Amino acid sequence: MIALLVRDLRLAMRAGGGFGLGLAFFLIVSTLVPFGVGPEAAILSRIAPGILWVGALLACLLSLDRIFQLDFEDGSLDLLATAPIPMEGIVAVKALAHWLVTGLPLTLAAPVLGTLMNLESPGHYWIFITLLIGTPALSMIGAFGAALTVGLKRGGLLLSLLVLPLYIPTLIFGAEAATRGTAGLSALTPLLMMAGITAGSIALLPFAAAAALRVNLR
Amino acid sequence: MSLWEFANPVKFMALSGKVLPWVIGLCAATLIPGMIWGFFFTPEAANFGNSVKIIYIHVPSAMMAINIWVMMLVTSLIWIVRRHHVSVRAAKAAALIGVTMTVIALITGAIWGQPMWGTYWAWDPRLTSFLILFLFYLGYMALWAAIDNPDTAADLTSVLCIVGSVFAVLSRYAVNFWNQGLHQGASLSLDKEEHVSNVYYQPLLLCIAGFILLFVALVLIRTRTELRLVRLHRLDVRERMKDA
Repeated sequence: MIALLVRDLRLAMRAGGGFGLGLAFFLIVSTLVPFGVGPEAAILSRIAPGILWVGALLACLLSLDRIFQLDFEDGSLDLLATAPIPMEGIVAVKALAHWLVTGLPLTLAAPVLGTLMNLESPGHYWIFITLLIGTPALSMIGAFGAALTVGLKRGGLLLSLLVLPLYIPTLIFGAEAATRGTAGLSALTPLLMMAGITAGSIALLPFAAAAALRVNLR
Repeated sequence: MSLWEFANPVKFMALSGKVLPWVIGLCAATLIPGMIWGFFFTPEAANFGNSVKIIYIHVPSAMMAINIWVMMLVTSLIWIVRRHHVSVRAAKAAALIGVTMTVIALITGAIWGQPMWGTYWAWDPRLTSFLILFLFYLGYMALWAAIDNPDTAADLTSVLCIVGSVFAVLSRYAVNFWNQGLHQGASLSLDKEEHVSNVYYQPLLLCIAGFILLFVALVLIRTRTELRLVRLHRLDVRERMKDA
């Protein structure tokens, strides 16, 4: 399993792996928003946590179809399926690799981009914490969506249609926690709810994703 | 003799063919009088005026929109556990009816909201959850449409339906947490006191019964079509195998 993780990370880092694309996308979204809503600092700082969350979510979505698609096309997914690791383990490792190359950099970049958005001072801390807890759920849910659509020729658009509704609860609690934390209110309840979604997704979704993968490899 | 016998498509076709005219008849017998009674023979409500009468479409369609998703969840589970074709085809057949009910509920709600709240749309928990439910229906139907092999499609959409149900419920509570709204609480319930006076309540019950029967009739018709489509697909595959 560790070998698989290292292999996935290496593939992602090398040229054509798409590493950093999500980050660049995140940067562009955060740059575009002020052009759209105007440069007033008061408005920007009020919407900053929400925009950063939506931007991170979209950046995460962008690279989802890579989780299984390339391995499915060149047949290595078939080999992995016959390997002695259970399919659930493969899904979990793939989701972890996706998080390490997408979710984690996004989490680290968000406080910096928050400065662009005129985020107030406790906000940097809160956006970091909420994204750190929330993005694993995004990767895991995304891996489930990717497993559903891996057999399709043009699965990308369908994948977003399937995954985005599933992202809604995580987004609501994550953005709410970040907004409340930034405003100096107690953010414990939404934070715990989001942590619950993350834990539940990691515990249960590998089984659903593995079932979908088995159907697609049949 | 058990219920599972009708999981056999041939038996299902025979039975549903016999039952269908009765269901359609009963549906007409409840829905038409219910609507006429509701629209023309109830007084105008004190604060609502005539706009109260949209309740006879709004409430039944909203109830059906949620219950149809539950029915799809149950039939998807039956497909995953026992692999009965009738079951998963019924889920597929129900999805289009469910999404139509959701749209009807959203649109009638918007029309009702304009005179009452002064706005067509508000990010109220109930309204928002219905919009999210609509997105879930869309995703489910899009996945069905995207996959060619009927068995693969059945498996994948069933998994999506089960996972989607969990997230739909989560979204419902998340949205509740996110914003408190304008919409009143549940007006009808089995165990609590009713908030709707009897004048409106009786035709409303008739309309709800009519909508349920309408759904049963439509889902039977569509399931029968779906089963014929599966049969056609099998025949087609067999013909091509012969040629090859």
